[in-house]
Amino acid sequence: MDKRDPFRHNVLTSGHRACSGCGEAMAARMVTDLIGPDAIYINATGCLQVFTTHNQQSAWQAPWIHSVFANAAAVASGVEAALRAKGKDTPVVVQAGDGGTFDIGLQCLSGMIERGHDVLFVCYDNEAYMNTGVQRSSSTPHAVRTTTSPPGRLSQGKHHLKKDVISIIAAHHMPYAATATIAYFPDLKAKVEKAMRIKGPRFLQILSPCPLGWVHDSALSVTVSRLAVETGLFPLIELEHGELTGVMRLAEQKPVEEYLRPQGRFKHLFGSKAGAVELRHLQALADARIRRYGLLDADTQWDTACAMQSVRHGRGGYASSMPTSEAVKNDT
Amino acid sequence: MKQLLEGSQAVAEAVRLCRPQVVAAYPITPQTHIIEHLAQQVANGELAAEFINAESEFGAASIVLGAVAGGARAFTATASQGLLLMTEVLYNIAGLRLPVVMVCANRAVGAPINIFSDHQDSMALRDAGWIQLYVESNQEAVDTLIQAYRIAEACELPVMVCMDGFFLTHTFESVDLPTQAAVDDFLPPFHFVRTLDPADPMTLGGGSEADNYQEYRSAQQAAVEDAQPVIEAFDAEFDDRFGRAHGGLLQAYRLDGAETALLGMGSLMGAVRDVVDKLRDRGQAVGALRLRCFRPFPAQALVRYLSGVQRIIVLEKAISIGAGGILASELRAALHQAGMMTPVESVIGGLGGRDLTPQVIESVFHETSRDEMGATFRFAPDHVMPDETDHG
Ligand SMILES: Cc1ncc(C[n+]2csc(CCOP(=O)(O)OP(=O)(O)O)c2C)c(N)n1
Ligand code: SF4
Ligand SMILES: [Mg+2]
Repeated sequence: MDKRDPFRHNVLTSGHRACSGCGEAMAARMVTDLIGPDAIYINATGCLQVFTTHNQQSAWQAPWIHSVFANAAAVASGVEAALRAKGKDTPVVVQAGDGGTFDIGLQCLSGMIERGHDVLFVCYDNEAYMNTGVQRSSSTPHAVRTTTSPPGRLSQGKHHLKKDVISIIAAHHMPYAATATIAYFPDLKAKVEKAMRIKGPRFLQILSPCPLGWVHDSALSVTVSRLAVETGLFPLIELEHGELTGVMRLAEQKPVEEYLRPQGRFKHLFGSKAGAVELRHLQALADARIRRYGLLDADTQWDTACAMQSVRHGRGGYASSMPTSEAVKNDT
Repeated sequence: MKQLLEGSQAVAEAVRLCRPQVVAAYPITPQTHIIEHLAQQVANGELAAEFINAESEFGAASIVLGAVAGGARAFTATASQGLLLMTEVLYNIAGLRLPVVMVCANRAVGAPINIFSDHQDSMALRDAGWIQLYVESNQEAVDTLIQAYRIAEACELPVMVCMDGFFLTHTFESVDLPTQAAVDDFLPPFHFVRTLDPADPMTLGGGSEADNYQEYRSAQQAAVEDAQPVIEAFDAEFDDRFGRAHGGLLQAYRLDGAETALLGMGSLMGAVRDVVDKLRDRGQAVGALRLRCFRPFPAQALVRYLSGVQRIIVLEKAISIGAGGILASELRAALHQAGMMTPVESVIGGLGGRDLTPQVIESVFHETSRDEMGATFRFAPDHVMPDETDHG
């Protein structure tokens, strides 16, 4: 018997406890509305789980389970196996944060993909452990201020680069992996729909600005999301069986500063010599990504050499050991 | 029909008879033979299950969690480091009240790393909310596994069947495997009311805070406590159908008129019964009590069985480092609560696969209690030669 509430159609209903302007809530609303209620959702621990369930309340109008932080992909593997054993083909969808994907959940995710489970894994990437109060994750870009990568006399924020997780995922003979973000809904919609047509493991990394952790105006989430793409820092790409099959090209490249300025998490970089070094490095990373994915027709005019310096040594060695490329030396 | 089977194979055959739809596991000695047999059964078409090679025990436990939430009967097995790696998920399975059944092929925990048997691994999980049944023989492992699914699904609680690594898993014994028809009669197909299903969307595993978390925990405690009569009833029903029972919660041996009781769990108890026979032949009033069900802890049944004895010796293959015997401590609490002052000697031995031979067990009986010296437990003597215990 169908026991669904006939008056509430959204999978993720209103009344949950996300911060205003939460990019993750917007992204989850988009994804789950596109997939619909005829699916089973598995959630890792994180903001989305916390703000949608509380005591006996739930914002979910679809079968939904949360187990622990690290195991969403394995729980989904089990759910999918149960459905297969029962001859059902209900879609299975994982929702996890970047922590639950890049870090603690990576092993279970790798196992799920390697075994070829028919599961869509959606990562809402807000570039830090937001639910526990903005600690750095391996998705946090370098030089970002978080509570565990604070800038100080010896530091300009996070000392390590954002992990290139989509390449790791794609290396699993992955049928479909793509990036998306909330500012480009038609693109996101096309990718969700495409993912839902493909059998086997699929992966979406959705950049989801977090006003609380990124320290921007909560009205600017969509703007910030768009700037991440327009600057080349977050390329929108599709990978099928490890091959790049789609990119959203840019008409022109905006300087990264336009993306960084509205965000308090980069504020410490402005106005100091050491900060300028990191700003240049962030620009170089954007340039390198544009070049790698061919996002512009002409080659970018920006120098890309210092993007190659990927390992940063912490505590004291950070800023002083930094300048290596000619460009940096010339400009400082 | 009786067959000579290795313990692991016997368990795998019992699993097959229970018709799990999903099996997920990660290899660890001494559990490996169980899952290897299951993999072969699936490959041969004898077991119609999804066999999932997990990327870790943490993953294996999570996969069976998802499978049961998805409405399928599931099985996993592990031991030692693997069980500890599962810990977070095992607590979660219990809190979600999912009827998962697993086998723990009991093994010591490192460091130092050791593949041989003791009970440290499953004892470390005693507070997780799982029913724990410790079996003595391979026949009992087979029968208990079948009962375990019945108990788990009736109570919506997970059940861990604990069988000693090597002593049982790698030992050949004559085992009577029930027929498929008889098992099907005893164990109805799995139907889970909280199955994840779009037609009846439920939220499983949402957050809870101080306003009602404690109520969830007390409901869980009550459910595990209430499983005691269920465990007894299904063992009795099993006896009616298959002609074998294993004592329900616990099993007494020559306790009538006994002044001393030897209490323990698992495969060790065969040797304990031999020692009881020998001592009885020599006029000593000794009996034995085997605890089959450690969780829920059958405090009242233990008190009832032990009310007539003057001395209790608890032999256990695990230690709470910094405190001592776990089983002994819980027994002391139960006796104290019942107003009994019977001295309980806590003897820890058989760790890391060391054999608790009849000679060692007998020497433990002849040793005087060190309680007078203030020690709450002692270690069993190392090796005792047969003639050293010949107290004639
Ligand atoms: C094993 C474990 N370690 C740590 C935590 C604490 N914890 C809960 S959510 C979380 C961070 C979540 O970060 P992310 O996955 O990026 O999701 P977000 O909240 O940012 O959406 C952490 C560290 C936990 N629940 N479990
Ligand atoms: S902290 Fe960030 S991710 Fe979490 S609810 Fe608030 S805005 Fe959303
Ligand atoms: Mg995050």
